[in-house]
Amino acid sequence: MQDDTVIPVPRTEAVQAGVGGWEPKIVAFFCNWCTYTAADLAGVSRLRYAPNVRVIRVMCSGRVDPQFVLDAFAKGAVGVLIGGCHPGDCHYIEGNYKALRRVTFLHRLLESLGIEKERLRLEWISASEGDRVRTAVNEITETVRQLGPLDIRSRNAALDREVEARVHAHGEEAILHA
Amino acid sequence: MPEKPKIGFYWCGSCGGCEESVVDLALDLLVVVDAVDIVFFPVGMDFKREDVEALPDGAMAACFINGCIRTSEQEEMSALLRQKSQNLIAYGACATSGGIPGLANQFTKEQILRFVYETSPSTHNEAGVRPQVASQDAGHALTIPALRDRVRALDQVVDVDYYLPGCPPTPELLKNAVLALLNGQLPEKGSVLAPDVALCDQCRRKDTKPTELKYTEFIRPHLVKADPNTCFLAQGIVCMGPSTRSGCGALCIEGNMPCSGCFGATSRVRDQGAKMLSTLAASVTADNRDDAERILAGIPDPVGTFYRYSLPHSLLRGSTANLPKSTRNGGSRP
Repeated sequence: MQDDTVIPVPRTEAVQAGVGGWEPKIVAFFCNWCTYTAADLAGVSRLRYAPNVRVIRVMCSGRVDPQFVLDAFAKGAVGVLIGGCHPGDCHYIEGNYKALRRVTFLHRLLESLGIEKERLRLEWISASEGDRVRTAVNEITETVRQLGPLDIRSRNAALDREVEARVHAHGEEAILHA
Repeated sequence: MPEKPKIGFYWCGSCGGCEESVVDLALDLLVVVDAVDIVFFPVGMDFKREDVEALPDGAMAACFINGCIRTSEQEEMSALLRQKSQNLIAYGACATSGGIPGLANQFTKEQILRFVYETSPSTHNEAGVRPQVASQDAGHALTIPALRDRVRALDQVVDVDYYLPGCPPTPELLKNAVLALLNGQLPEKGSVLAPDVALCDQCRRKDTKPTELKYTEFIRPHLVKADPNTCFLAQGIVCMGPSTRSGCGALCIEGNMPCSGCFGATSRVRDQGAKMLSTLAASVTADNRDDAERILAGIPDPVGTFYRYSLPHSLLRGSTANLPKSTRNGGSRP
Protein backbone atom coordinates (compact mmCIF):
# COMPACT_ATOMS: atom_id res chain seq x y z
CA MET A 1 0.00 0.00 0.00
CA GLN A 2 1.48 3.26 -1.08
CA ASP A 3 1.26 6.45 0.88
CA ASP A 4 -0.35 8.34 -1.98
CA THR A 5 -3.44 6.18 -1.67
CA VAL A 6 -4.36 7.91 1.56
CA ILE A 7 -7.27 10.22 0.96
CA PRO A 8 -6.50 13.88 0.92
CA VAL A 9 -8.68 15.85 3.29
CA PRO A 10 -8.17 19.39 2.09
CA ARG A 11 -9.33 22.18 4.32
CA THR A 12 -9.98 25.37 2.48
CA GLU A 13 -10.34 28.60 4.36
CA ALA A 14 -14.04 28.66 3.68
CA VAL A 15 -14.50 25.21 5.11
CA GLN A 16 -12.41 25.98 8.16
CA ALA A 17 -14.12 29.28 8.80
CA GLY A 18 -17.72 28.44 8.07
CA VAL A 19 -18.54 24.82 8.44
CA GLY A 20 -16.19 23.38 11.02
CA GLY A 21 -16.44 19.64 11.18
CA TRP A 22 -19.00 19.35 8.40
CA GLU A 23 -18.53 16.38 6.10
CA PRO A 24 -20.31 16.08 2.76
CA LYS A 25 -22.72 13.22 2.17
CA ILE A 26 -22.71 11.88 -1.36
CA VAL A 27 -25.03 9.32 -2.91
CA ALA A 28 -23.46 7.15 -5.60
CA PHE A 29 -25.51 5.08 -8.04
CA PHE A 30 -23.22 2.43 -9.55
CA CYS A 31 -24.24 0.11 -12.34
CA ASN A 32 -24.12 -3.58 -11.51
CA TRP A 33 -22.03 -4.61 -14.50
CA CYS A 34 -19.23 -2.07 -14.57
CA THR A 35 -18.88 0.56 -11.88
CA TYR A 36 -20.13 -1.48 -8.95
CA THR A 37 -17.77 -4.28 -9.93
CA ALA A 38 -15.02 -1.68 -10.18
CA ALA A 39 -15.88 -0.49 -6.67
CA ASP A 40 -15.58 -4.10 -5.53
CA LEU A 41 -12.21 -4.26 -7.21
CA ALA A 42 -11.17 -1.06 -5.47
CA GLY A 43 -12.17 -2.76 -2.24
CA VAL A 44 -10.28 -5.98 -2.73
CA SER A 45 -7.32 -3.97 -4.00
CA ARG A 46 -7.48 -2.09 -0.69
CA LEU A 47 -7.55 1.26 -2.41
CA ARG A 48 -8.50 3.98 0.00
CA TYR A 49 -10.93 6.69 -0.95
CA ALA A 50 -13.09 9.26 0.75
CA PRO A 51 -15.68 7.67 3.07
CA ASN A 52 -18.30 10.23 2.06
CA VAL A 53 -20.13 8.19 -0.55
CA ARG A 54 -23.05 5.86 0.06
CA VAL A 55 -23.08 3.46 -2.84
CA ILE A 56 -26.39 2.19 -4.18
CA ARG A 57 -26.17 -0.63 -6.69
CA VAL A 58 -28.52 -0.35 -9.65
CA MET A 59 -28.72 -2.73 -12.57
CA CYS A 60 -27.83 -0.01 -15.07
CA SER A 61 -27.03 3.71 -15.04
CA GLY A 62 -30.11 3.94 -17.28
CA ARG A 63 -32.16 2.85 -14.25
CA VAL A 64 -31.26 6.03 -12.40
CA ASP A 65 -34.54 7.91 -12.48
CA PRO A 66 -34.04 11.69 -12.22
CA GLN A 67 -36.41 11.44 -9.26
CA PHE A 68 -33.69 9.51 -7.41
CA VAL A 69 -31.25 12.36 -7.93
CA LEU A 70 -33.66 15.07 -6.79
CA ASP A 71 -34.77 12.94 -3.86
CA ALA A 72 -31.15 12.48 -2.79
CA PHE A 73 -30.60 16.24 -2.77
CA ALA A 74 -33.93 16.82 -1.03
CA LYS A 75 -33.04 14.33 1.70
CA GLY A 76 -29.60 15.64 2.54
CA ALA A 77 -27.08 14.62 -0.11
CA VAL A 78 -24.78 17.41 -1.27
CA GLY A 79 -23.55 15.48 -4.26
CA VAL A 80 -24.69 12.64 -6.51
CA LEU A 81 -22.29 10.43 -8.45
CA ILE A 82 -23.57 8.14 -11.18
CA GLY A 83 -21.26 5.46 -12.53
CA GLY A 84 -21.96 3.48 -15.69
CA CYS A 85 -20.27 1.44 -18.39
CA HIS A 86 -18.22 3.18 -21.06
CA PRO A 87 -20.11 4.22 -24.23
CA GLY A 88 -20.64 1.15 -26.35
CA ASP A 89 -20.18 -1.21 -23.41
CA CYS A 90 -23.62 -1.06 -21.77
CA HIS A 91 -24.91 -4.48 -20.78
CA TYR A 92 -28.34 -3.30 -21.97
CA ILE A 93 -26.98 -1.72 -25.18
CA GLU A 94 -27.94 1.91 -24.53
CA GLY A 95 -28.80 2.47 -20.86
CA ASN A 96 -25.69 4.53 -20.34
CA TYR A 97 -26.63 6.84 -23.22
CA LYS A 98 -29.98 7.41 -21.54
CA ALA A 99 -28.14 8.27 -18.34
CA LEU A 100 -25.93 10.70 -20.27
CA ARG A 101 -28.92 12.53 -21.76
CA ARG A 102 -30.76 12.64 -18.47
CA VAL A 103 -27.74 13.99 -16.61
CA THR A 104 -27.17 16.57 -19.35
CA PHE A 105 -30.76 17.76 -18.92
CA LEU A 106 -30.67 17.46 -15.14
CA HIS A 107 -27.66 19.77 -15.05
CA ARG A 108 -29.78 22.49 -16.59
CA LEU A 109 -32.73 21.78 -14.30
CA LEU A 110 -30.54 21.81 -11.19
CA GLU A 111 -28.95 25.11 -12.15
CA SER A 112 -32.41 26.61 -12.67
CA LEU A 113 -33.27 25.51 -9.14
CA GLY A 114 -30.13 26.92 -7.56
CA ILE A 115 -28.09 23.72 -7.25
CA GLU A 116 -24.63 23.84 -8.81
CA LYS A 117 -24.36 21.33 -11.63
CA GLU A 118 -20.97 20.15 -10.34
CA ARG A 119 -22.86 18.42 -7.56
CA LEU A 120 -24.14 15.87 -10.06
CA ARG A 121 -21.46 13.91 -11.85
CA LEU A 122 -21.59 11.07 -14.37
CA GLU A 123 -18.53 8.86 -14.82
CA TRP A 124 -17.84 5.95 -17.13
CA ILE A 125 -15.98 3.33 -15.11
CA SER A 126 -15.46 -0.20 -16.40
CA ALA A 127 -15.23 -3.27 -14.18
CA SER A 128 -11.42 -3.23 -14.32
CA GLU A 129 -11.02 0.43 -13.34
CA GLY A 130 -10.99 0.30 -9.56
CA ASP A 131 -8.58 3.19 -9.54
CA ARG A 132 -11.07 5.35 -11.39
CA VAL A 133 -13.64 4.74 -8.66
CA ARG A 134 -11.17 6.11 -6.18
CA THR A 135 -10.40 9.14 -8.33
CA ALA A 136 -14.05 9.88 -9.09
CA VAL A 137 -15.11 9.58 -5.45
CA ASN A 138 -12.23 11.70 -4.21
CA GLU A 139 -12.83 14.35 -6.85
CA ILE A 140 -16.57 14.77 -6.26
CA THR A 141 -15.97 14.74 -2.50
CA GLU A 142 -13.50 17.56 -2.89
CA THR A 143 -15.78 19.45 -5.28
CA VAL A 144 -18.82 19.37 -3.02
CA ARG A 145 -16.70 20.10 0.03
CA GLN A 146 -15.69 23.34 -1.67
CA LEU A 147 -19.29 24.07 -2.66
CA GLY A 148 -20.43 23.56 0.93
CA PRO A 149 -23.66 22.33 2.55
CA LEU A 150 -27.07 22.39 0.84
CA ASP A 151 -29.28 21.53 3.84
CA ILE A 152 -32.41 21.55 1.71
CA ARG A 153 -34.48 19.60 4.20
CA SER A 154 -33.68 21.70 7.25
CA ARG A 155 -33.92 24.93 5.28
CA ASN A 156 -37.34 23.90 4.01
CA ALA A 157 -38.35 23.06 7.56
CA ALA A 158 -37.11 26.46 8.73
CA LEU A 159 -39.15 28.17 6.05
CA ASP A 160 -42.27 26.20 6.94
CA ARG A 161 -42.21 27.51 10.47
CA GLU A 162 -43.77 30.71 9.13
CA VAL A 163 -46.94 28.68 8.48
CA GLU A 164 -47.10 26.62 11.63
CA ALA A 165 -46.77 29.69 13.79
CA ARG A 166 -49.64 31.33 12.00
CA VAL A 167 -52.10 28.48 11.88
CA HIS A 168 -51.57 27.61 15.50
CA ALA A 169 -52.09 31.22 16.46
CA HIS A 170 -55.40 31.26 14.63
CA GLY A 171 -57.31 32.78 17.54
CA GLU A 172 -54.99 35.74 17.84
CA GLU A 173 -54.98 36.33 14.10
CA ALA A 174 -58.74 36.61 14.11
CA ILE A 175 -58.40 39.51 16.56
CA LEU A 176 -55.90 41.23 14.27
CA HIS A 177 -58.43 41.18 11.45
CA ALA A 178 -61.48 42.07 13.50
CA MET B 1 -87.36 16.07 5.32
CA PRO B 2 -83.79 15.67 6.55
CA GLU B 3 -81.49 18.66 6.31
CA LYS B 4 -79.47 18.86 3.11
CA PRO B 5 -75.70 18.47 3.42
CA LYS B 6 -73.88 21.79 3.56
CA ILE B 7 -71.02 22.51 1.19
CA GLY B 8 -68.76 25.48 0.61
CA PHE B 9 -66.47 26.84 -2.07
CA TYR B 10 -63.57 29.14 -1.35
CA TRP B 11 -60.74 30.69 -3.32
CA CYS B 12 -57.25 31.42 -2.10
CA GLY B 13 -54.47 32.45 -4.51
CA SER B 14 -56.42 31.74 -7.66
CA CYS B 15 -57.45 33.21 -11.00
CA GLY B 16 -61.17 32.49 -10.76
CA GLY B 17 -61.06 29.72 -13.33
CA CYS B 18 -61.98 27.15 -10.72
CA GLU B 19 -65.14 29.07 -9.76
CA GLU B 20 -65.87 29.26 -13.45
CA SER B 21 -65.76 25.48 -13.61
CA VAL B 22 -68.40 25.32 -10.87
CA VAL B 23 -70.66 27.53 -12.95
CA ASP B 24 -69.79 25.37 -15.97
CA LEU B 25 -71.79 22.60 -14.36
CA ALA B 26 -74.57 24.33 -16.33
CA LEU B 27 -77.80 22.40 -15.90
CA ASP B 28 -76.07 19.95 -13.58
CA LEU B 29 -75.60 22.89 -11.22
CA LEU B 30 -79.34 22.70 -10.57
CA VAL B 31 -78.96 19.04 -9.62
CA VAL B 32 -76.15 19.92 -7.23
CA VAL B 33 -77.94 22.94 -5.76
CA ASP B 34 -81.04 20.84 -5.29
CA ALA B 35 -79.18 18.22 -3.32
CA VAL B 36 -77.00 20.43 -1.12
CA ASP B 37 -77.02 23.71 0.76
CA ILE B 38 -74.26 26.01 -0.39
CA VAL B 39 -73.32 27.87 2.79
CA PHE B 40 -70.17 29.65 1.60
CA PHE B 41 -69.24 30.75 -1.92
CA PRO B 42 -67.80 34.28 -1.81
CA VAL B 43 -67.47 34.57 -5.58
CA GLY B 44 -71.03 33.58 -6.36
CA MET B 45 -73.12 34.42 -3.32
CA ASP B 46 -73.12 36.90 -0.47
CA PHE B 47 -71.52 35.17 2.48
CA LYS B 48 -69.04 36.63 4.92
CA ARG B 49 -66.34 35.16 7.04
CA GLU B 50 -68.55 35.70 10.08
CA ASP B 51 -71.12 33.35 8.56
CA VAL B 52 -68.52 30.59 8.48
CA GLU B 53 -67.29 31.38 11.97
CA ALA B 54 -70.87 31.05 13.22
CA LEU B 55 -71.12 27.47 11.93
CA PRO B 56 -70.48 24.64 14.38
CA ASP B 57 -67.26 22.68 13.80
CA GLY B 58 -67.64 20.09 11.05
CA ALA B 59 -70.92 21.64 9.92
CA MET B 60 -70.03 21.44 6.25
CA ALA B 61 -70.06 18.01 4.65
CA ALA B 62 -67.39 19.28 2.28
CA CYS B 63 -65.56 22.44 1.40
CA PHE B 64 -63.82 22.86 -1.96
CA ILE B 65 -60.84 25.19 -1.70
CA ASN B 66 -59.05 26.36 -4.82
CA GLY B 67 -55.95 28.48 -5.29
CA CYS B 68 -52.47 28.38 -3.82
CA ILE B 69 -51.60 29.52 -0.29
CA ARG B 70 -49.23 32.44 -0.02
CA THR B 71 -50.74 34.95 2.38
CA SER B 72 -51.56 34.88 6.06
CA GLU B 73 -55.23 35.40 5.20
CA GLN B 74 -55.28 32.33 2.96
CA GLU B 75 -53.73 30.31 5.78
CA GLU B 76 -56.33 31.52 8.26
CA MET B 77 -59.23 30.83 5.95
CA SER B 78 -57.88 27.36 5.18
CA ALA B 79 -57.56 26.60 8.88
CA LEU B 80 -61.03 27.97 9.58
CA LEU B 81 -62.64 26.00 6.75
CA ARG B 82 -60.75 22.89 7.81
CA GLN B 83 -62.30 23.25 11.24
CA LYS B 84 -65.80 23.68 9.85
CA SER B 85 -65.68 20.87 7.25
CA GLN B 86 -65.87 17.10 7.51
CA ASN B 87 -64.13 16.81 4.15
CA LEU B 88 -61.69 19.37 2.87
CA ILE B 89 -61.14 19.05 -0.87
CA ALA B 90 -58.23 20.66 -2.69
CA TYR B 91 -59.93 21.88 -5.85
CA GLY B 92 -57.81 22.55 -8.90
CA ALA B 93 -54.11 22.45 -9.70
CA CYS B 94 -53.10 25.33 -7.39
CA ALA B 95 -54.66 23.87 -4.25
CA THR B 96 -53.53 20.37 -5.22
CA SER B 97 -49.90 21.00 -6.08
CA GLY B 98 -49.22 24.74 -6.10
CA GLY B 99 -50.23 25.49 -9.66
CA ILE B 100 -48.92 28.23 -11.89
CA PRO B 101 -48.44 30.67 -8.97
CA GLY B 102 -46.10 28.01 -7.58
CA LEU B 103 -43.55 28.93 -10.24
CA ALA B 104 -42.86 31.94 -8.02
CA ASN B 105 -40.88 29.53 -5.83
CA GLN B 106 -38.04 29.96 -8.31
CA PHE B 107 -37.53 33.43 -6.86
CA THR B 108 -37.21 35.05 -3.48
CA LYS B 109 -39.96 37.25 -2.12
CA GLU B 110 -37.56 40.19 -2.33
CA GLN B 111 -36.90 39.56 -6.05
CA ILE B 112 -40.63 39.45 -6.72
CA LEU B 113 -41.45 42.58 -4.71
CA ARG B 114 -38.59 44.51 -6.28
CA PHE B 115 -39.70 43.61 -9.78
CA VAL B 116 -43.38 44.25 -9.25
CA TYR B 117 -43.05 47.49 -7.27
CA GLU B 118 -39.82 48.94 -8.66
CA THR B 119 -38.14 47.60 -11.77
CA SER B 120 -40.84 46.24 -14.05
CA PRO B 121 -41.11 48.37 -17.23
CA SER B 122 -44.69 49.41 -16.50
CA THR B 123 -44.05 50.47 -12.90
CA HIS B 124 -43.77 54.13 -11.89
CA ASN B 125 -43.04 54.22 -8.18
CA GLU B 126 -40.24 56.71 -7.49
CA ALA B 127 -40.73 56.60 -3.76
CA GLY B 128 -40.33 52.81 -3.86
CA VAL B 129 -43.53 52.30 -1.88
CA ARG B 130 -44.23 48.70 -1.01
CA PRO B 131 -47.26 47.12 0.65
CA GLN B 132 -47.08 47.11 4.45
CA VAL B 133 -48.94 44.71 6.69
CA ALA B 134 -50.00 47.63 8.88
CA SER B 135 -50.21 51.27 7.84
CA GLN B 136 -51.99 54.52 8.63
CA ASP B 137 -54.15 56.46 6.22
CA ALA B 138 -55.99 59.62 7.22
CA GLY B 139 -55.99 58.57 10.83
CA HIS B 140 -57.21 55.04 10.07
CA ALA B 141 -55.14 52.01 10.95
CA LEU B 142 -55.16 49.69 7.94
CA THR B 143 -53.97 46.10 7.71
CA ILE B 144 -53.49 43.75 4.81
CA PRO B 145 -52.47 40.08 4.88
CA ALA B 146 -48.78 39.24 5.11
CA LEU B 147 -47.07 37.79 2.05
CA ARG B 148 -45.21 34.57 2.83
CA ASP B 149 -41.76 33.63 1.59
CA ARG B 150 -43.12 30.86 -0.57
CA VAL B 151 -46.13 29.47 -2.38
CA ARG B 152 -47.71 26.35 -0.89
CA ALA B 153 -50.28 23.81 -1.90
CA LEU B 154 -53.27 23.47 0.43
CA ASP B 155 -52.00 20.24 2.03
CA GLN B 156 -48.75 21.97 2.96
CA VAL B 157 -50.79 24.20 5.27
CA VAL B 158 -53.74 22.14 6.50
CA ASP B 159 -54.87 18.52 6.40
CA VAL B 160 -56.59 17.68 3.10
CA ASP B 161 -59.01 14.79 2.52
CA TYR B 162 -59.33 14.68 -1.28
CA TYR B 163 -57.83 16.21 -4.38
CA LEU B 164 -59.61 17.29 -7.53
CA PRO B 165 -56.83 18.32 -9.90
CA GLY B 166 -56.95 20.31 -13.11
CA CYS B 167 -56.64 23.86 -14.32
CA PRO B 168 -59.52 23.96 -13.81
CA PRO B 169 -61.07 20.58 -12.92
CA THR B 170 -63.74 19.57 -15.38
CA PRO B 171 -67.38 20.03 -14.32
CA GLU B 172 -67.81 16.29 -14.80
CA LEU B 173 -65.24 15.53 -12.08
CA LEU B 174 -66.86 18.03 -9.73
CA LYS B 175 -70.28 16.51 -10.32
CA ASN B 176 -68.90 13.01 -9.69
CA ALA B 177 -67.25 14.19 -6.49
CA VAL B 178 -70.42 15.77 -5.18
CA LEU B 179 -72.44 12.67 -6.08
CA ALA B 180 -69.89 10.42 -4.38
CA LEU B 181 -70.14 12.63 -1.32
CA LEU B 182 -73.94 12.48 -1.30
CA ASN B 183 -73.99 8.73 -1.77
CA GLY B 184 -71.32 8.13 0.83
CA GLN B 185 -69.08 6.59 -1.83
CA LEU B 186 -65.98 8.68 -1.34
CA PRO B 187 -62.80 6.60 -1.66
CA GLU B 188 -60.00 6.31 0.87
CA LYS B 189 -58.83 9.58 2.41
CA GLY B 190 -56.04 11.21 0.43
CA SER B 191 -57.35 9.97 -2.92
CA VAL B 192 -57.23 11.99 -6.08
CA LEU B 193 -60.73 12.06 -7.52
CA ALA B 194 -59.63 11.38 -11.10
CA PRO B 195 -58.55 8.25 -12.99
CA ASP B 196 -55.12 6.90 -12.05
CA VAL B 197 -53.76 6.38 -15.55
CA ALA B 198 -51.71 8.64 -17.79
CA LEU B 199 -53.43 11.02 -20.17
CA CYS B 200 -52.02 9.14 -23.19
CA ASP B 201 -54.42 6.37 -22.26
CA GLN B 202 -57.40 8.65 -22.96
CA CYS B 203 -55.87 10.42 -25.93
CA ARG B 204 -57.53 10.07 -29.31
CA ARG B 205 -54.09 10.22 -30.94
CA LYS B 206 -52.73 7.29 -28.95
CA ASP B 207 -52.47 5.00 -31.97
CA THR B 208 -50.11 7.41 -33.71
CA LYS B 209 -47.62 7.35 -30.84
CA PRO B 210 -44.68 5.22 -31.94
CA THR B 211 -43.51 2.44 -29.62
CA GLU B 212 -40.10 4.01 -29.61
CA LEU B 213 -39.96 7.79 -29.82
CA LYS B 214 -36.80 9.35 -31.22
CA TYR B 215 -36.29 13.07 -30.81
CA THR B 216 -33.89 14.79 -33.17
CA GLU B 217 -35.24 18.20 -32.22
CA PHE B 218 -37.93 19.79 -30.09
CA ILE B 219 -40.34 22.21 -31.70
CA ARG B 220 -42.22 24.76 -29.62
CA PRO B 221 -45.95 24.71 -30.33
CA HIS B 222 -46.21 28.33 -31.46
CA LEU B 223 -43.62 27.82 -34.18
CA VAL B 224 -45.45 25.18 -36.17
CA LYS B 225 -48.92 24.22 -37.29
CA ALA B 226 -49.26 20.88 -35.61
CA ASP B 227 -50.89 18.00 -37.39
CA PRO B 228 -54.27 17.58 -35.65
CA ASN B 229 -54.27 13.80 -35.81
CA THR B 230 -50.73 12.77 -34.90
CA CYS B 231 -49.27 12.33 -31.40
CA PHE B 232 -47.55 15.58 -30.39
CA LEU B 233 -44.48 13.74 -29.18
CA ALA B 234 -44.16 12.05 -32.57
CA GLN B 235 -44.09 15.58 -34.01
CA GLY B 236 -41.31 16.65 -31.65
CA ILE B 237 -43.64 18.88 -29.61
CA VAL B 238 -43.37 18.52 -25.84
CA CYS B 239 -46.64 17.06 -24.55
CA MET B 240 -46.89 16.26 -20.85
CA GLY B 241 -49.37 13.44 -21.50
CA PRO B 242 -47.08 10.55 -20.49
CA SER B 243 -46.45 11.94 -17.00
CA THR B 244 -49.87 13.48 -16.41
CA ARG B 245 -52.99 11.95 -14.89
CA SER B 246 -56.01 11.60 -17.13
CA GLY B 247 -59.50 12.81 -16.30
CA CYS B 248 -59.79 15.89 -18.49
CA GLY B 249 -60.81 13.99 -21.61
CA ALA B 250 -57.72 15.33 -23.41
CA LEU B 251 -59.36 18.73 -23.88
CA CYS B 252 -56.20 20.58 -24.89
CA ILE B 253 -55.29 17.87 -27.39
CA GLU B 254 -58.74 18.28 -28.93
CA GLY B 255 -57.92 21.96 -29.31
CA ASN B 256 -54.67 20.92 -31.02
CA MET B 257 -52.50 22.05 -28.14
CA PRO B 258 -50.18 19.68 -26.26
CA CYS B 259 -50.88 18.74 -22.65
CA SER B 260 -49.20 21.09 -20.19
CA GLY B 261 -49.64 18.78 -17.21
CA CYS B 262 -52.34 20.43 -15.05
CA PHE B 263 -53.73 17.17 -13.64
CA GLY B 264 -50.44 16.34 -11.95
CA ALA B 265 -48.84 12.92 -11.88
CA THR B 266 -50.39 9.52 -11.33
CA SER B 267 -50.01 7.82 -7.95
CA ARG B 268 -46.88 5.96 -9.10
CA VAL B 269 -44.93 9.12 -9.74
CA ARG B 270 -43.60 11.33 -6.96
CA ASP B 271 -42.20 14.17 -9.06
CA GLN B 272 -44.02 14.92 -12.29
CA GLY B 273 -41.33 17.16 -13.73
CA ALA B 274 -38.44 14.79 -13.12
CA LYS B 275 -40.41 11.96 -14.68
CA MET B 276 -41.15 13.97 -17.79
CA LEU B 277 -37.54 15.08 -18.05
CA SER B 278 -36.59 11.45 -17.75
CA THR B 279 -38.79 10.16 -20.53
CA LEU B 280 -37.96 12.97 -22.94
CA ALA B 281 -34.21 12.86 -22.36
CA ALA B 282 -34.12 9.08 -22.68
CA SER B 283 -35.54 9.23 -26.19
CA VAL B 284 -33.27 11.95 -27.55
CA THR B 285 -31.15 10.63 -30.41
CA ALA B 286 -27.76 11.69 -29.10
CA ASP B 287 -24.86 9.55 -27.97
CA ASN B 288 -22.69 12.39 -26.71
CA ARG B 289 -23.11 15.38 -24.44
CA ASP B 290 -22.81 18.04 -27.15
CA ASP B 291 -25.55 16.58 -29.32
CA ALA B 292 -27.75 16.00 -26.28
CA GLU B 293 -27.29 19.61 -25.21
CA ARG B 294 -28.07 20.91 -28.69
CA ILE B 295 -31.30 18.93 -28.98
CA LEU B 296 -32.41 19.60 -25.40
CA ALA B 297 -31.83 23.33 -25.95
CA GLY B 298 -35.14 23.11 -27.83
CA ILE B 299 -36.74 23.09 -24.37
CA PRO B 300 -35.54 26.48 -23.13
CA ASP B 301 -37.35 26.52 -19.78
CA PRO B 302 -37.34 23.08 -18.16
CA VAL B 303 -38.81 24.28 -14.85
CA GLY B 304 -41.65 26.17 -16.50
CA THR B 305 -42.33 23.30 -18.87
CA PHE B 306 -42.15 20.30 -16.55
CA TYR B 307 -43.24 21.88 -13.27
CA ARG B 308 -45.79 24.31 -14.62
CA TYR B 309 -48.38 23.28 -12.04
CA SER B 310 -46.40 21.34 -9.47
CA LEU B 311 -43.25 23.15 -8.32
CA PRO B 312 -44.33 23.60 -4.65
CA HIS B 313 -45.16 19.89 -4.50
CA SER B 314 -42.01 18.73 -6.28
CA LEU B 315 -39.16 17.04 -4.45
CA LEU B 316 -37.15 20.27 -4.18
CA ARG B 317 -40.24 22.53 -3.76
CA GLY B 318 -38.56 25.41 -5.56
CA SER B 319 -35.18 27.01 -6.01
CA THR B 320 -32.67 26.86 -3.19
CA ALA B 321 -32.44 30.62 -3.76
CA ASN B 322 -35.88 30.75 -2.18
CA LEU B 323 -34.68 29.15 1.06
CA PRO B 324 -33.22 30.79 4.15
CA LYS B 325 -29.45 30.57 4.44
CA SER B 326 -27.99 27.37 5.76
CA THR B 327 -27.25 27.65 9.45
CA ARG B 328 -25.00 24.63 9.47
CA ASN B 329 -21.68 25.19 11.13
CA GLY B 330 -21.13 21.90 12.86
CA GLY B 331 -20.38 18.42 11.79
CA SER B 332 -22.59 15.63 10.74
CA ARG B 333 -20.12 12.85 10.27
CA PRO B 334 -20.37 10.74 7.14
